Amino acid sequence: MSPATGDWLSGYDAGGYYCELLGRTDAPALHTQPLRERLSRIPVDELRRRARNAENELFNLGVTFTVYSEKDVIDRILPFDVIPRVLSAAEWKQIESGVIQRVAALNLFLHDVYHDQHVLKDGVVPRPLVLGNANYRPEMVGFDVPCGTYVHICGTDIVRDDAGRFLVLEDNGRTPSGVSYVVENRRIMQRAFPDIVDVFIRPVEDYGLRLGHAMAEIAPAGVDSPQIVLLSPGIYNSAYFEHVFLAREMGVPLVEGGDLVIENDRVFMKTTAGLAPVHVIYRRINDDFIDPEVFRPDSMLGVPGLMRAYRKGNVSLANAIGTGVADDKAVYAYLPRLIRYYLDQDAILPNVETHICGEADGLAYTLDHLDDLVVKPVGESGGYGIVVGPRATAAERADMRARLRADPANYISQPMVRLSVCPTLMDDGVRPRHVDLRPFAVTGRSTWVLPGGLSRVALRQGSLIVNSSQGGGSKDTWVLV
Amino acid sequence: MSSLLARYADCIFWMARYVERAENLARILDVTHGAARRHNSAQDWAAILEINSDLERFTKSGRPIDGEAVVHFYVLDPGNPNSILNAVTAARENARTLRPFISTEMWSQLNVFYNWLRALSPQDVTLPERPRLFTSIKANCQTHTGITEGTFFRDQGWYFYQLGRYIERADQTTRLLDVKFHRLAAAESPASPLEAGEEAALLRSAAGYHAFRRVHPRGLLLVDVVGFLLLHNAFPRSVHYCINELDRFLHELRQRHVLRGGAEALERLDEIRVALLAQSPQGILQSGLHDIVDWLQSQLIDISELLARDFFGR
Repeated sequence: MSPATGDWLSGYDAGGYYCELLGRTDAPALHTQPLRERLSRIPVDELRRRARNAENELFNLGVTFTVYSEKDVIDRILPFDVIPRVLSAAEWKQIESGVIQRVAALNLFLHDVYHDQHVLKDGVVPRPLVLGNANYRPEMVGFDVPCGTYVHICGTDIVRDDAGRFLVLEDNGRTPSGVSYVVENRRIMQRAFPDIVDVFIRPVEDYGLRLGHAMAEIAPAGVDSPQIVLLSPGIYNSAYFEHVFLAREMGVPLVEGGDLVIENDRVFMKTTAGLAPVHVIYRRINDDFIDPEVFRPDSMLGVPGLMRAYRKGNVSLANAIGTGVADDKAVYAYLPRLIRYYLDQDAILPNVETHICGEADGLAYTLDHLDDLVVKPVGESGGYGIVVGPRATAAERADMRARLRADPANYISQPMVRLSVCPTLMDDGVRPRHVDLRPFAVTGRSTWVLPGGLSRVALRQGSLIVNSSQGGGSKDTWVLV
Repeated sequence: MSSLLARYADCIFWMARYVERAENLARILDVTHGAARRHNSAQDWAAILEINSDLERFTKSGRPIDGEAVVHFYVLDPGNPNSILNAVTAARENARTLRPFISTEMWSQLNVFYNWLRALSPQDVTLPERPRLFTSIKANCQTHTGITEGTFFRDQGWYFYQLGRYIERADQTTRLLDVKFHRLAAAESPASPLEAGEEAALLRSAAGYHAFRRVHPRGLLLVDVVGFLLLHNAFPRSVHYCINELDRFLHELRQRHVLRGGAEALERLDEIRVALLAQSPQGILQSGLHDIVDWLQSQLIDISELLARDFFGR
């Protein structure tokens, strides 16, 4: 291997996966060379000591998510790995333009779905997939959102395969979270590892400012200096730290449902001096809970009457109501076609190869290759009902086969992706661990993508699950200038 | 943000109160600890339970009334709503709600304070550890007020912080007097000197010995100590001083931020001041210290409720 790795990587073996730090054997990642050199000058024990201090600092600052058990309240930090994940300027250019393209297609799709439905009439996406979707909101039909933007904040989950290609796993267009860790990870890296952090990396700390600008752009017509608020379910929500972070960075009040009232179809917040008008709400509450008059009547988190104010155009919501229909697994499979349909372009960031079982070819392929594929039910079921072919029993596969035949349109299938790895500081040394990437895109009139994003890392050996609830951590993510 | 969310005002008010409460509880425990050592008696520990109306709750625990059990009850017991642990937990919960509004340093210090308290074990409240423990709790509370003074933005929130702090302090000073004079009751002559060492300990628990000496260079009479802690207008922990501060902050809040609420609370403050100034320390002792302490405490509760009604949207 050509690049000098120093002793700190002596026991490291990427195990045949694509390595974010080293690249491929036949195509080494030259852009990470300066980082490797700097890391090689710090003994591993010293790295570990400083990492511990950094984690203590995160805990003290309360950069934590809260786990509530029956009798106790536990604050946990998102475990933080000190070895950064580095993207070259060229790699980032592809991701950035790819994300912008996807967000544009999602917004055009949503506008179409809630207006003329050309996409359904032209047969690009099957009608039941959209109109029968639990996240389709008839309340939004015919309603024009400011700037035509439905998905103001989008988190795109991207993985990298053995060949080093970026592939999109999921578009999160409802209330994606994690951006606060991006900014906090950078802050902590700069404090704990000033001798490692490169000066030639793109900054991330202006996220709140950009978000605030976008929120001002979508204010109802005629409002010059809009009152923006962030609507949170409150301190018992596991993402509360992030809500605080975003409200602080934007310099806006963090409100809960009980702080808002609707009078004459206008939104007000209760202040010490009485009611004060509110014009834009960045809401971190799901559609279901946002207005008990329209959606779940048992919701204590929302604001009765908010949808009336929204539909009158007196308040703007980010993200818009009803975006869930676009980030659904089934619609995801169609996104490359939607990009072609609306933008007349090829997808810059391809999907993971996806077979749509509702189509004859896709179903045939899935049935023929069930042993190698992951089959996922579409719709609202989340992780439920996923069958991982290579790990399933013969009986499970037979059962899957029957279900596929009975209701093919309810399923998609994908090959198992061999996620890339990144050197990660573990107790027994520097080891390869799988990572993904979630860049965040902010859209008001136009789209801006925060350089980098959240790199989540599966800390358990061999694990592909990067979720914080299942032993995932995160890394600072650098985009080189 | 020129306007202040009603819920935030509420949280600021209570964050200040809970920290002030924790500090004063540590003071009361500290002075009781000293008295109990001198008397070698559990009577002092029982008094603290009584003035906080905690006797029944404590007895349920089945533990004997002694220093170790009572200090544990008031410092670490999560089942005691009046414990320092619960006060600091509540202060920190409020700070967590207020994080978009307060400085990172204010939040972080309370968070560290809370995590430190949670990590304490029964070993940390044993006899030899106690004085240091009380000092640490007081120092943490004072660090909080110092950071707040140095970083809190001076808008409406600042006034609600001060209102919470001084209401709680006034209330706690009345409790400090109550615990101390509980045993003396009305039987003793108002002019009698306190038991040796007691008087100084009482003043020290309110950090007032030095200040008292500047007003009364010689002697340490019960009547003077009561007068000092209730009526002196320059000692920052006296009830009179706290009432003056409450009045000043509430006036300023209404004027600078054009808030209509608070008029009734101001009237109540006036009544308290009139009542205090109408009495001499001798008179107070003769008519019964406990009665005036009770009256003051109920007045302060009313004022709290008036503020909640007018400003916190309750």
